[in-house]
Order: sequence, then structure tokens, then C-alpha cells
Amino acid sequence: MKIKIKKFYYGDIPGDEAGESIASPTITNDKAWPLWEIFIRSKQGLDHKHAGSLHAADAAMAIENARDVYTRRQEGISIWAVESKNIHASNPDDAESFYEPASDKIYRHPGFYQLPDEIKHM
Amino acid sequence: MNPLIQFTLFLADSNLILSQKNAEWCGHGPILEQDIAITNITLDLLGQARYFYQYAAELMNQAGHTHITEDSLAYLRTEREFKNLLLCEQPNGDWAQTVLRQFFYSVYQQSLYQQILQQSNSQLSAIAEKSLKEITYHIKWSSEWVVRLGDGTPLSHHKMLQAIKALWPYTGEFFTPTDFEKEIIPIDYEKLKMQWIDSVQNVLEEAGLPMPQNIFMHTGGKLGSHTEHLGYILAEMQYLQRTYPNAQW
Amino acid sequence: MAIHDLENAFQQKIDNEIKIEPKDWMPDAYRKTNTRQISQHAHSEIVGMLPEGNWITRAPSLKRKAILIAKVQDEAGHGLYLYSAAETLGSSREQMIDELHSGKAKYSSIFNYPTLTWADMGAIGWLVDGAAILNQVMLCRTSYGPYARANVRICKEESFHQRQGFESLLVLSKGTKEQKEMCQDAINRWWWPSLMMFGPKDSESTNSDQSIKWKIKRKTNDELRRQFVNMIAEQVKLLGMTLPDPDLKYNNQTGQYDFGEINWDEFWNVVKGNGPCNEQRLQARRKAHEEGAWVREAAVAYAEKKQSRQPNEKTDAA
Repeated sequence: MKIKIKKFYYGDIPGDEAGESIASPTITNDKAWPLWEIFIRSKQGLDHKHAGSLHAADAAMAIENARDVYTRRQEGISIWAVESKNIHASNPDDAESFYEPASDKIYRHPGFYQLPDEIKHM
Repeated sequence: MNPLIQFTLFLADSNLILSQKNAEWCGHGPILEQDIAITNITLDLLGQARYFYQYAAELMNQAGHTHITEDSLAYLRTEREFKNLLLCEQPNGDWAQTVLRQFFYSVYQQSLYQQILQQSNSQLSAIAEKSLKEITYHIKWSSEWVVRLGDGTPLSHHKMLQAIKALWPYTGEFFTPTDFEKEIIPIDYEKLKMQWIDSVQNVLEEAGLPMPQNIFMHTGGKLGSHTEHLGYILAEMQYLQRTYPNAQW
Repeated sequence: MAIHDLENAFQQKIDNEIKIEPKDWMPDAYRKTNTRQISQHAHSEIVGMLPEGNWITRAPSLKRKAILIAKVQDEAGHGLYLYSAAETLGSSREQMIDELHSGKAKYSSIFNYPTLTWADMGAIGWLVDGAAILNQVMLCRTSYGPYARANVRICKEESFHQRQGFESLLVLSKGTKEQKEMCQDAINRWWWPSLMMFGPKDSESTNSDQSIKWKIKRKTNDELRRQFVNMIAEQVKLLGMTLPDPDLKYNNQTGQYDFGEINWDEFWNVVKGNGPCNEQRLQARRKAHEEGAWVREAAVAYAEKKQSRQPNEKTDAA
């Protein structure tokens, strides 16, 4: 029998080629823990940086989970946790009107100004 | 055997056996984040056990034994030689029993290690000092789970009650010193007990769980009289070292 | 903008190596393909914990035990990063896990093989993680931003996995007769399944290569597999062991190793659920999830109670 093989990739096995095993009922009615965004300060003097997300039942647990998940290799010394639903983000459709107007304001950058060579550092 | 060695082995064995039990959760936790959390505790306990074994090995080699290592102590002693607390070898049961076992043990460990810190044995106190930082987190994590489950749903409350019933009889051993404990360092067992009762009472109260009264307490772990569970734990843990004697891994 | 223009603009971004981020417009098929691939990758990490987790309680030294625990724990972390990346595409973790448990979603077939001896821990680290790393290094440059970032984090952590596996085998290869046999036996059993991890041959492909066009994947199965064979065929010499392929030999003309034909019937059988451990692996995952349900519910119930008792409690960020 010639098996018809479709192209697929590591970790990407198409459902139609992969035999379905017998489905068993799983419990889906339990309330999932909310998603949190985790920000980590890697050392004193640096900003908190987005590290990733995780699930936790409340804020205290989110911070502890972040400690256990994201600082196992001494990646941080301070953790912020924000419930993902509380993050407000700009819309990519606004990108042109938001960010492009800044592109011609070159006078905001120090390189715009020509100074005599005698002034070495300014 | 010299009481200091016995005491050090008691500390090592208790950590190793509890670590071995907690390790069974790795890959089977109730949610990924907590799978990772309990595995961190497992690794901490294993690390503490190794420091104590290494120190015990050093003492034993100085006392005339030969070729004692952390691994020979962990893998080549028998059920009757292991000195771990009975609590540590109790089955994982469900998540309630596991977090309660951790909580009881960590609170005891904290008080005990704080006293070891005051002792003149610089090796033991150095290990205690390092461990205490980890233990502080273990208490935070486990006590929060005790409260969460005690004060969560009726089902989780019920499971905590069962866990208390199952584990409480193994806590009396904490405060019943053996000869080797009495001989080495002056540990104030009354203080240890008071601190433990106090901390546990606070957390159980917050969790809405009752503090058991007048329960019969089992002892014997420190002297090598264990429950039947330990034999199976060691059989599994030691099998490769026993099957292939003198092999390096 | 018309769909056609959106698609063009999207492809242009990909062509210009601009990453796609969660809120950007993307074709449905791109979202679907990424969701499927990322969640399968996540499931592979989580199911992958089981064959190795097996041996934690039996590890033959305290050092090996600590290493193995840390490694299996890393896999949990990697699964978590990947589920998070997939969640940015709109599927909840709960949904993805349900699909795994119902048998609808797949995971890497390699984890349906049993771990029979301690040497399997070394062989998995060296071969299975070795193969996975090649994929993951490539995926650090995948076009979907969150997936690329998850892989960067994974690769950083995973670098010790292959090393510890090889080192563990190295010790066995210098050990007793039984240890050497154990080592060779593990290599024999894990070699072919590792090659299968890269998927079918490129020539068997019957449909267009959309994933390459979208830069979800940046190398073909055969390219990666060849890279892997070339690497392992050299390393195995250091172990003084052999790979179980009589056709494996260095080709002076191509400067690469030629190797024998993979047993694709076996491959598809395992994918379809007939591997030695498919049923056990899924059962273990379902059991953990089902037995954890009351724990997760209790945590939510408690969080809600606490919230209603102290509505304004929080620590200021600083």
C-alpha cells in the first residue's frame, strides 16, 4: 500500500494523516486560572522586562509561580505580575499615524548638530 | 557510631527521602506551574541532603572508614540504617497530603536549623544557614497551599482534614530526642515544639482547619524503625547501585 | 483593505524578515498552522517529561538524580513557554490540553517509545534532545514573534540537556562490561526513532511548501536530518560505540554521511497511536489533569473569597 505522505514538520503532524485515537471525555468544566504577564528586573538599575506569561489563581501566586518558572537560573531580582486582561495595547492599524510622524524629527537626535572639532565631548 | 555522624545522617536521610517522594510529582502535578514549583522544592531538599551526606562522609572517613561517599551513604545503607523521620516516607497521597507533609516538615526544619545555626559546629551551621533561605520559601509556598485548600471548596477542605488525620501522628517524632541527639548539641526541644505548634496553629486557623488534640504519636524513624513504606522507597532508589556493585555512573 | 492586499502586505513583511506579532493581521491558515505547530511542540515537551521522569526515583547517583530532575523540570518550563506563545493566537491552554487528552492533537512520536534502562537517559539527552535542539535553533528565527522568543529561551536552557546526556553515556562507555552493553543497546534503540523526529523525506512531499514561504520553518526535514547525522556520526566515535546502520558511511564526494532507509511503516504506526507507549503516555497526562481538577478549583474558589474579603489589597509596583 502506498501511503500518501504530506509534507509536515517536526512538531507539526497534520490531523488528517494522524490516526485519531479513541477520544475519552475529559473534564473541561473546571474554571481555568487566569493568565498573567510577567515582568522581571534582572539586576538593580535595569528596567523590568517582559519575560513571558503564566497561569495563577491570584496575584500572590502569580509572583511565586513567576519565581519558580522564570528565575530558576538567577534571571531576576524583582518580579511584576499583571493580569493579562488588564493590559491595554495600541492597535497595529494605528502604526502609521502613531509612529511615522516621529521619523522626520531628526533635530531630536544629537547627531543633527554640527559642532566645531575643538569641542570633543558634548 | 559517633553521635555527630548519626545526627548528620538523620538530617541527610530526612531530606533525601522527602525529596524522593516529592520527585514523584514531576510530570504529574495538578497544573504546569505547580509541577515546576514542587520540583524546585524537590531539588532544594536533594541539595541539602547532599551537603549533609558529604559532611557525614568526611567525618566517617576521618574516623577510620574508607571510601565513604554521599552515594555510598544514600545507596548502600539498609532500611534499618536509615534515620529519616517517619513523616518523610509517608505516601504522597493527593496534593493535600503532599503540601501538608511539606508544611509540617518545613516548619520543623526551620526551627531546628535555626538552633543548629547557633551551635559551634561550623560545617553544620553553614549548611543550616544556606538551607534556611530555601526553607523560608518552602514554608511560604506550602502554608499558602494549606490555607488555599482548607478555605477553598468543601471538597478541598475535606481532603485537608483527611491529610491532617493521616499525617499528624508522625509529627510527635520531631520533638522526641534520641540519645544521639541529646549527646551532640544542646537543642531545646521544648522551644522547638512551642515554635512548631505556634506556626502550625496559626496557619491551620487561617485555613479554617482544626488542630488535632491528644493523638497517639509514632516514633522510631530516627533509630531505624520505619513504616513499611521505606523498604519500597529504598528498593526503587538503590536498585542500580545494588545490581551493578562498584560501577561508576 | 481587501484581503488580497492584506495578504500581500503580510507576505512582504515575512520576506523582509519582519516578525509577525499577536495583534497583527495574519491569514487564517497562518494562525492555524502556528497554533497547531506550537501546541504540538508544547505537548511534546509535556509528554516528553514522562519517559525520563520514570527514572528520577531510580537515578543511580545523587548527582545524576539532581541533573535529571532539573532537566525534566526544564521541559515543563518549555511546555509552559510554548503554551503561552500559542495562547497569543487565541486558543486557551485548557483547550489545547483537552485536544491532547482527547487524542485530537499530536505530539512528537519519539516519546511513545519506552525507557528501558538507565542508559536511555543518556541516549535521550544526546540523540533526542540533540535532534530537538537543531529544530529549536532554527525556530529561534521563525516568523511568529512569540514562538521565536519562546524558542530563544528554550535554546538557552536546553544547551545543558544534550551535554549531560552525552557525558552520561561517556561514563557508561568507559564503565563495566554491563554498562557498555547498556550504552550500545540504548543507542541502538533510540537512533532510528531520532531520525524519524525530523519527519518524512522532502521528496515525499505532495503539497506546496507554505511553511517555508511563511518562514515558520526555515530548513527542510532532510536538511536538518542530514545535519544531525553528520554531527552524531562523528560524536559516536568518541563514545567508542556504533550507530545501528550498516549503510552509514562518509561520502568523500559530498563531504557528508550517507545513511540507510528509515522504516516509515513504523513511523506512521507510532503516529497513528500504535507505538509501544501511546496509550500509557496519554493516560498519565489525563490522570494528572483529572486528579488536579479539584486542586485548581479550590485555588480559584479561595482567590475569589479572598478578593471579596479584601478588595483593595495590593503591593505597589516599584
